[in-house]
Amino acid sequence: MSVKEFPLPDLGEGLTESEIVAWKVSVGDRVELNQIIAEVETAKALVEVPSPFEGTVRALHAEPGQTLDVGAPLVSFEVEDGADDGVDDSVGDDLEPADAAVDAVEQARVLEPVVVGARAEDAADAPSEIVGQGAVSAVATPTKEERHEVLVGRGPKEQSGQRPHRRPRSGRLSAPIVRERAGGDQGASSGAGETRLAASGVRRRTAEAMVRSAAVPQVTEFLTVDVTRGIRLLDRLAAEPEFRGRRVTVLTLAAKALCIALAATPDANARWDDATDEIVTPPGVNLGIAVATDRGLVVPNIRDADGMRMPDLADAIRSLVETARAGRSTPAELTGGTVTITNVGVFGVDAGTPLLNPGETAILALGAVNRRPWEHKNAVRLRHVMTLSLTFDHRVIDGEQGSRLLRDIARILADPASALAVA
Amino acid sequence: MLTIRPSTDTSTRRDRLSRLIAPDGERLHDPDLDPWVADVFEEQLLALYEDMVVSRRIDTEATALQRQGQLVLWPPLIGQEAAQVGSARALRKDDFVFSSYRENAVAYVRGVSMTDMIRVWRGSQFSGWNPYDVGMATPTVIIGAQTLHAVGYAMGITRDGDDAAAVAYFGDGATSEGDTNEAMVFAAAYDAPVVFFCQNNQYAISEPVGLQAQRPIADRSPGFGIPSLRVDGNDVLAVLAATRMALDHARTGDGPMFIEAVTYRMGPHTTSDDPTRYRDKAEEQRWRELDPLERTRRLLMAEGALTDERQASVSARADAVAKELRDGCLALRPHEPLSIFDEVYADTPPSLRRERDEYAAYLASFDDADGANREAAR
Repeated sequence: MSVKEFPLPDLGEGLTESEIVAWKVSVGDRVELNQIIAEVETAKALVEVPSPFEGTVRALHAEPGQTLDVGAPLVSFEVEDGADDGVDDSVGDDLEPADAAVDAVEQARVLEPVVVGARAEDAADAPSEIVGQGAVSAVATPTKEERHEVLVGRGPKEQSGQRPHRRPRSGRLSAPIVRERAGGDQGASSGAGETRLAASGVRRRTAEAMVRSAAVPQVTEFLTVDVTRGIRLLDRLAAEPEFRGRRVTVLTLAAKALCIALAATPDANARWDDATDEIVTPPGVNLGIAVATDRGLVVPNIRDADGMRMPDLADAIRSLVETARAGRSTPAELTGGTVTITNVGVFGVDAGTPLLNPGETAILALGAVNRRPWEHKNAVRLRHVMTLSLTFDHRVIDGEQGSRLLRDIARILADPASALAVA
Repeated sequence: MLTIRPSTDTSTRRDRLSRLIAPDGERLHDPDLDPWVADVFEEQLLALYEDMVVSRRIDTEATALQRQGQLVLWPPLIGQEAAQVGSARALRKDDFVFSSYRENAVAYVRGVSMTDMIRVWRGSQFSGWNPYDVGMATPTVIIGAQTLHAVGYAMGITRDGDDAAAVAYFGDGATSEGDTNEAMVFAAAYDAPVVFFCQNNQYAISEPVGLQAQRPIADRSPGFGIPSLRVDGNDVLAVLAATRMALDHARTGDGPMFIEAVTYRMGPHTTSDDPTRYRDKAEEQRWRELDPLERTRRLLMAEGALTDERQASVSARADAVAKELRDGCLALRPHEPLSIFDEVYADTPPSLRRERDEYAAYLASFDDADGANREAAR
């Protein structure tokens, strides 16, 4: 067995760097030749990178969100000896236009590989994060060069003379936390102890989406509802043959309720087209589910959720969440949503004012389901109660439609049989 | 005063096409096309299917090689297999092809080896093969320029008194280029035995065909006096029939003919392109349902011709060609820098010899061969 390195190729024509968007494999995985191992974004396109070897993944040399220079190590593979070696002595090396790329490779090799995507128990053995290597102790007044070192997160002095090919904008590894020293004159910096982290990847995209969302005139309404009967229904459904082995939760029921309620208020599933001032109504409901992942918030969606039976919807939600958490949502899954549900109840809060996912007219937030004293059949009882928060785009619909939608959803959760009336 | 007006059909609608295989695999009949494929039975259709499967495999393997840093660039043809295989299989050995850079399935059918096909894209040589070995010129990257080459060659065929034909392959975008229009003027004026084979794959890189053409592309050539056919380019039988018809027209002295094969580039323009920036998933899905391989497979299945055994042999052939491509690619090394002077003139003129000597001296000034090679690669 021997280890082969796969350097980041020039995926376009004359590109110098690419951002790692997602890994499709983990350390220890066995991969086939041409199996997709990563998703990488260049200045020109989002592309899938196929494995050049058959073997086992030994190390992934970057984290999602990180920008790598062309020629820097991307993945190390353990391959059978005598396996076809197409990469290391490829013409690609000969075609490398600049010495900079060669420097990048050498520089990167000085650093320990970062094991990404390994399980938690492996993490203890993993080399410490490169972030730590950028720390420079603050003692004397820094020279201009030293300040520069702090900014770019240069390694220990022994490695001086080689400037790391990293860029401040490119994520955690390549944009180390900069500890401002007192008296430093780093532009917008201020007090001691402040840290700065360049936003990248999902964080940056979320920020951009939220800024766009904030430009939309949006209204939030709340409704608190007794969902005891809905919860009982879930218990009963769990015993039905269709739901055996499936997880049916309040989220599943709320998703179904939203799809049903949208049929009565289809405008809430439409979108405002800024370019033409038109209201565009799609043929079906592509239901987005906000998922908190290690990398940040992503909102993949389920195509044509309104046509799905509830067991299928339960499956779709489960697989969508799992895929998102594994960082494997495809661009197709992440675009084209028509409405969104965010389940902030899992964080233990009652309500919020969710911001619209840009390009959609409504977003429903589910609060936590708690037992509370509640009026039931003329007496105060302990009931399962939750608050629904619905934000909608006031350009597309008004309080009348928004309230109807929220009321219909609440009705179904409170008394699932009323779906027959709403649908 | 006589005013010539465009006819009322200004769309490039897919449903107004000559077709022999429906998207669901049903064998349709067309009185104009049927006679031209009367000799195509199960075996022949299986062979066409195999060519298409292999072409797609070549495409995916080359795309993977580009993503692995082994090729500088690759222009995928996925989706256009029927248009390329159907037309190339209509050709005789002594016919001559002038193509753009996307006709790799045509090159495969003409007998170009995998290594020859790949060397330009790897950047190890400036040209791929000897055109006279396979009856196909090396690809032209300049959009539409090869139409002029084809017409010139066809005029030569006439002078030789031959009954061969030349075929120019180009895309919808090329029909808006001056070269292509000039080529049609000359072809019509000289009754040149040339077939203009346009694969309308719906996009000139990112520009939808509807922006440059207010009417079907096939309507352009009649204005030059060249009759045109408009066929479903995802229907290998219809393309084969139409190309045979056009070649016969050219061979028998009736002059040029124009074919618009309406198809779809299912992949990016090249490996540097991201089509999601200019077209939507719904459109791609609509065309996926018209996939040329799938409809042929359905017809073969319906006929009971595509047995498991036969499917396995088709796959094995595709794998073998893919391996040949990968092995050939990885074995290619950069060409000797000085060889650039060797392959242009049969007898190198003195001025070029002088340049060559100067360049040799310059390369020799580097300490090592690597340095010289790197310098030469700039």
